[in-house]
Amino acid sequence: MPLRAVETFEEWRESARELLAAGISPEEVTWAGPSQTLFTPESAHAGQSAGTQNFSVPPEFIERARTVACHLDVSRWELLYRMLWRLTHGERHLLKDSADDDVSRFQRMHKAVTRDVHKMKAFVRFRKVEVGSEERFIAWHRPDHRIVRLAAPFFARRFPAMEWTILTPAESVSWDQQELRYGPGVPASEAPEGDVLEDLWKTYYVSTFNPARIKMKTMKKEMPVRHWPTLPETALIPEMLEQAGQRVTAMINTREGFETTATSYFPERMTWKNVAEAAQHCKACHLHEHATQTVFGAGAKKPEIVIIGEQPGDREDLEGEPFVGPAGQLLDEALAGAKIDRASVYITNVVKHFKFTHKGKRRLHQKPNAREISACRPWLEAELEILKPSSIVLLGATAAQALLGRDFRITRQRGEMMKSEWCDRTIATWHPAAILRMPDQDRRRQMKDDLTLDLAAVR
Amino acid sequence: MDVREKLAILADAAKYDASCASSGSKATRPGSKLGSTEGMGICHSYTPDGRCVSLLKILLTNYCIYDCQYCVNRISSDTPRARFTVEEVVSLTLEFYRRNYIEGLFLSSGIIQNSNYTMEQLTLVAKTLRQEHQYGGYIHLKTIPNADPELIQEAGLWADRLSVNIELPTENDLHQLAPEKKKVEIVQSMSGIREKIDEFKADRKEGFNAPRFAPAGQSTQMIVGATPTSDQEILQTATELYTGQNLRRVYYSAYSPIPHADARLPAQSPPLVREHRLYQADWLMRFYGFSSEEIVTEADRNLALDIDPKLAWALANRHFFPVDVNRASREELLRVPGMGVRSVDRVLQIRRHRQLRSEDLKKLRVAWKRTRIFVQTADRNPGLLNLESLNLRQQLQPARKQLLLFDAATSATTGEV
Ligand code: SF4
Repeated sequence: MPLRAVETFEEWRESARELLAAGISPEEVTWAGPSQTLFTPESAHAGQSAGTQNFSVPPEFIERARTVACHLDVSRWELLYRMLWRLTHGERHLLKDSADDDVSRFQRMHKAVTRDVHKMKAFVRFRKVEVGSEERFIAWHRPDHRIVRLAAPFFARRFPAMEWTILTPAESVSWDQQELRYGPGVPASEAPEGDVLEDLWKTYYVSTFNPARIKMKTMKKEMPVRHWPTLPETALIPEMLEQAGQRVTAMINTREGFETTATSYFPERMTWKNVAEAAQHCKACHLHEHATQTVFGAGAKKPEIVIIGEQPGDREDLEGEPFVGPAGQLLDEALAGAKIDRASVYITNVVKHFKFTHKGKRRLHQKPNAREISACRPWLEAELEILKPSSIVLLGATAAQALLGRDFRITRQRGEMMKSEWCDRTIATWHPAAILRMPDQDRRRQMKDDLTLDLAAVR
Repeated sequence: MDVREKLAILADAAKYDASCASSGSKATRPGSKLGSTEGMGICHSYTPDGRCVSLLKILLTNYCIYDCQYCVNRISSDTPRARFTVEEVVSLTLEFYRRNYIEGLFLSSGIIQNSNYTMEQLTLVAKTLRQEHQYGGYIHLKTIPNADPELIQEAGLWADRLSVNIELPTENDLHQLAPEKKKVEIVQSMSGIREKIDEFKADRKEGFNAPRFAPAGQSTQMIVGATPTSDQEILQTATELYTGQNLRRVYYSAYSPIPHADARLPAQSPPLVREHRLYQADWLMRFYGFSSEEIVTEADRNLALDIDPKLAWALANRHFFPVDVNRASREELLRVPGMGVRSVDRVLQIRRHRQLRSEDLKKLRVAWKRTRIFVQTADRNPGLLNLESLNLRQQLQPARKQLLLFDAATSATTGEV
């Protein structure tokens, strides 16, 4: 009975050709790896003449067999020869039958090897080593099968301008930016230790982990524990698990809970009267705590024009009406200048409660923040929905940004007639309070003229 | 603040984004000195949450002028803030890549100053990597919806993939939780990108040497479970995006952690189950020819949580079965519970040469326990007798314990059923 000792695919192929030519069936051959032979194997040259004979098998078989040959299971040679025999003895379509025992074993081995190649591509970790002014990247990796030659070209394509070496117990490979050179295996002890970057990498690894989901089983399936020793980040896992509980609590504190908005206080039927009434009881943000009352919009109930300011001020807060203080007076003047009857318009604010700090006895107006604006905006949207104005005038940056988006720039886009979600004629202009605060006389006059003109534009 | 501290903050802030896969680009950019986009989808590590690390996924900054309520970076949140410089991101990407830690970069950002400024900064990172460092690895940029089309167009020249987050499934959800964002604007940004991609492909077909534009296409992410919106509406939005915007992927991200859990299951991180079911449903729509209306049949317009959506469809459509494995079309076979694309293709290959029996299917590793009830084979398949059984659902339902231990983590990449 012939005994064949082979190590590489090429050796197997040569032997197989010979055996096939001699008509020796799979049951008659014993295959062995090189170290397992006690006797000198029959010379590979015996029957050389027959070995040159070519057999036709599907190219797919040769290609896949080359991969399967990298599997470490010694029975692979026997399997490959039996399949070769069957393919050339009346079962040409054998490979298509995935339910055949040989084929399914062949497929499984193929999968194991390609998976191992994939894992090598993934789990090789280079460490930078500086020799004089030169830098080299060296990795130590332990594959399950003899796959260095299958995987190395990938690294050459990925890191063409780097000098790198990958060491494995059975084989090693180096790239000098020109060609791949293969060498003998190297024990782990000869691999370089550590890399300046590992600290950053570990920081990233810990931070990208979501402690609210723990799936160790999946993790171990995808990243088998036997690879862990060569992966610097895996040393952190016990600590990460330990701290997970604490981190979830921290996450809940920063993430949990939606803030309420005005919508939680909406009445069932959305008429202006109901909405205005409901807004009196709004507690969607903390502004209601210190202000006197909700200052809802006021004016005509079938208005052509709706004018929207930022927020009630000191006087408005006390009287419960929008634009009754100094800014309101200035607005009145501008309306008169634009020949608009104040009684024909509706005036309101983006935020309905006064926000202030104390300075001595005075209450100083403070800008509303994004949270307060978004909490309160539903009231404004309800007003617009009910009133359906044909024009909207937005006073100041806060109002304009709340309705037109954060990118709106009042200094650049003031006076432009725009289409908005609520009506086709929307215009933004200076806020009367901003005009009042302007120290420069001329500039103040100019701004007031702008305001008057912009109002006239929507009339 | 040093780079390490920034990295801790800005990676933490980015981890809620589900889109992690690096796939889709077919060829590496010519002239690359470092990096390739072949062999895509390599996961370089896994964290204990079962998710893979394939990209350096970070924010440029987590400062944001917006106040979206589901988002940890909203202006009113008191989370610690940090901001990378363009150079820092470039160098981190290159150094991590050289050590084979990552497949590439996934960069998004909170909105600072304004949308255009933010978009410019993101683009600058990609451009610097490509132009100054001949970096050929994967880059995914999350675009800022309101930014000028020219800016997004430039981003597409340097990135492999662009995405615009739809954020929430419906206009109404957005209105409630992210009032500053508008679905129309988001979808407009998507169609802008789609048009550019189409243009690029058309030019290539005509033989022009057009500059490549987002060769890996575009994707989006939707947060689910933050509002009561049903799975039906979620899947409808997904369908709209797949067909209308030609998106490569829609990612679903269960709103976690637990306090806002799904009320449909008792305790224990159930939003993950829902997320998993959505991925499965999504998979059925993309690869198995199901439409969203077929998948959600439950009266409450939500996917069943106790069984997978394909099985649910089969149980509701028993008249469709049994399917004869030796005769049925590919489309019919794909509808059999327990049979995936791979096993279906193998069945089709084998049956050209011989008839398949039950044994053969078992060897092909279909989920026989399920499959046997729905298929006819060349031999007698006793499993078929159960098809009319009334308590079939109970028989097939996995034990609850198993259900909660399912493999949700990989569902974002496979979702296969
Ligand atoms: S400011 Fe607006 S949201 Fe806040 S409590 Fe007052 S009415 Fe409600």
